[in-house]
Amino acid sequence: MQREAMEYDVVVVGGGPAGLASAIRLRQRAAEKGNDLSVCLIEKGAEIGAHILSGAIMDPRALSELFPDWEADGAPLNAPVSEDRFFFFSATGAMRVPNVFLPQCFHNEGNYVVSLGNVCRWLGERAEALGVEIYPGFAGAEVLFDENGAVKGVATGDMGRLRDGSEGPSFQPGMELHGKYTFFAEGCRGHLGKQLQDRFHLDDGVDPQTYGIGLKELWEIRPENHKTGLVIHSGGWPMKPDTYGGGFLYHLENHQVAVGFVVGLGYKDPYLSPFEEFQRYKTHPGIRKFLEGGERIAYGARALTAGGLQSLPKLVFPGGVLVGDDAGFLTASRIKGAHCAIKSGMLAADACFDALAAERRRDELSAYPEAFERSWLREELHRARNFKPWMNKGQTLGAMMFGVDQVVLRGRAPWTLHIDTPDYAKLKPAAECAPIAYPKPDGALTFDRMSSVFLSSTKHEEDQPCHLSLKDATAPITVNLPKYDAPEQRYCPAGVYEILCDENGANPRLQINAPNCIHCKTCDIKDPLQNIVWLAPQGGEGPTYPNM
Amino acid sequence: MKILVPVKRVIDYNIKARVKADGSGVDLANVKMSINPFDEIAIEEAVRLKEAGIATEVLAVSCGIAACQETLRSAMAIGADRGILVETDAELQPLAVAKLLKALCDREQPQLVLCGKQAIDDDANQTGQMLAALAGWPQATFASKVVIADGEATVTREIDGGLETLRIGLPAVISADLRLNEPRYATLPNIMKAKKKPLDTVKPADLGVDVTPRLSTLKVSEPPKRGAGVKVADAAELMNKLRNEAKVI
Repeated sequence: MQREAMEYDVVVVGGGPAGLASAIRLRQRAAEKGNDLSVCLIEKGAEIGAHILSGAIMDPRALSELFPDWEADGAPLNAPVSEDRFFFFSATGAMRVPNVFLPQCFHNEGNYVVSLGNVCRWLGERAEALGVEIYPGFAGAEVLFDENGAVKGVATGDMGRLRDGSEGPSFQPGMELHGKYTFFAEGCRGHLGKQLQDRFHLDDGVDPQTYGIGLKELWEIRPENHKTGLVIHSGGWPMKPDTYGGGFLYHLENHQVAVGFVVGLGYKDPYLSPFEEFQRYKTHPGIRKFLEGGERIAYGARALTAGGLQSLPKLVFPGGVLVGDDAGFLTASRIKGAHCAIKSGMLAADACFDALAAERRRDELSAYPEAFERSWLREELHRARNFKPWMNKGQTLGAMMFGVDQVVLRGRAPWTLHIDTPDYAKLKPAAECAPIAYPKPDGALTFDRMSSVFLSSTKHEEDQPCHLSLKDATAPITVNLPKYDAPEQRYCPAGVYEILCDENGANPRLQINAPNCIHCKTCDIKDPLQNIVWLAPQGGEGPTYPNM
Repeated sequence: MKILVPVKRVIDYNIKARVKADGSGVDLANVKMSINPFDEIAIEEAVRLKEAGIATEVLAVSCGIAACQETLRSAMAIGADRGILVETDAELQPLAVAKLLKALCDREQPQLVLCGKQAIDDDANQTGQMLAALAGWPQATFASKVVIADGEATVTREIDGGLETLRIGLPAVISADLRLNEPRYATLPNIMKAKKKPLDTVKPADLGVDVTPRLSTLKVSEPPKRGAGVKVADAAELMNKLRNEAKVI
């Protein structure tokens, strides 16, 4: 098959904060030096921002380095955090933690409640104005290597293949994008980043990455319940003490609030359903009082990296770099990653620009990890390094010890804790656990998966190869079902996986409703056999999130 | 033969439209916008006519805000040769758009205007017909098949109970129905090429058209929510409910 190819100086895969910041920084440096440099950025969402889902509270530190005048330039950071409240929830009560006892990482003075999707839309406009060629609607489907084994770019996916993989009547082959350097900025669990980590052994000698799934809804609430900039975080209920998870409620502008819940994907109980935990979280009196009388206007979910410094892979390989959450820069203790993503992109872009100026190509940009070692980003991740490992020891002890770590020792503890088991290996057999009786949705405050997926505006051409591939097609029924009671039915926030039986209730089979997928990547992470492989479907598909 | 195809920037068909809290319209803040699907079909048909050697040029026209340039680029990625944006921030109603298109037809002298039958945002289904009236041209609406030969267009239309075939002289206005064709995917190489195609911008005043709205929107509201269903025990109960509760028979 003959694919067309285009040559660029730099190819960026992914239009989130990391990819956009990389592309912007490259063009800024080029403009300073007066030399031209071609940068192409592809994004699998139908537009920039379509697949972005984050809380989000944004620390403007990195943005201010990228665009010192972001405020005058109209960046959509419109809701400064006005008040921080942190609670430990019980089923009906709430214990407020006085702000003086909160570690610095839980303080949000100077930060903003934002829609990260809208921040990315703004960054996308800035990038285009600076001369970055942005092509939304095209997924990086395949990494391309040159004769020396260095990454030489990516190919976008084919369009119009039929379910069996054959070329349909509207078939169009993908296109090759070649670069002197390629930036991988796919976000958490990027499917190309995962292949690169394997091929170049980037995660040798580091802790396994650990993940969370974040679920989020956008609500328009009654004006009398709304207070722009109010930020609420909570631990405790509905998570059991041994499970890491927490909720948030952020007041944006225009009487909108973002309500969400994060569950650590190292959870052990196969009956746990992050989606249902989130739904019942909203029924807590401390959350319900804000939402009642309001209307849910958007829903989505996305996995996030939480391993931090100990899990950070090698960032460079011949011809390319990992930036943002494709590497795993999120600061778990601050529940923030956008500023880390932007900073990592800028550091990589600086290294790349200098290499290009020296007429280098397709080697390792080792100046990037070196600059990271000297950066405030490294310092921030270093201080936060023990958060997730402590939390793995249970919420109560974890919170206490992390408090000591942060409040008493200010992140300078003489110890560094490690995570030794990957999330997928932590599930207990179903026989050791009891099914969880989640309350039925009421259609006003709590909802089912189908009405939620509807709000994500996700779409996929049905007649295409299934983008959720199984290495072993029999394992879901021969292993996952008897051993774990098919946990994919519960961890998937979009109802993609269903166990169906024949009319006699026998002969179970796994049905994969791939068109429901909202590209959160949780299945690729949590499947206990690592049997599910998330591949990019046709470009432009998946959710279309507004204001998320 | 030159073909002019009007294309409208509308809320993406895949997005769940939401009415603004004050009832003034649909909330479009940061919502994905796309080319109107029927206009995409019209572009595809025009490009096919060009590929078949019948048309020599496909001209895409959009009316509205600066962001409509993206809509024109989408049309050019499918294969339109160039674009004209009639740029205005004013609210545009079908009659105003028809007048703008009429003025452009006077300037560009197309032999055929191939438009979508309606836009999926306001569902007006008026612009093509108004343009035909203003230009004094024949029209064939809801086309499911178009054949151009010997200065005439033979247009098949899907009507109640079958197909109707019309023959009209050119120049003419033809509006595209859903089954006219299935638009191709815009490939990345073609999107790249589309960025380099000519795109001119004019203002309504340059065309001597007053676009002031003639209609005012009183209120926009969502359809009433569907009530919960009930199970009936037998046909008699169903009949009873249809007759006495739903009052439909």
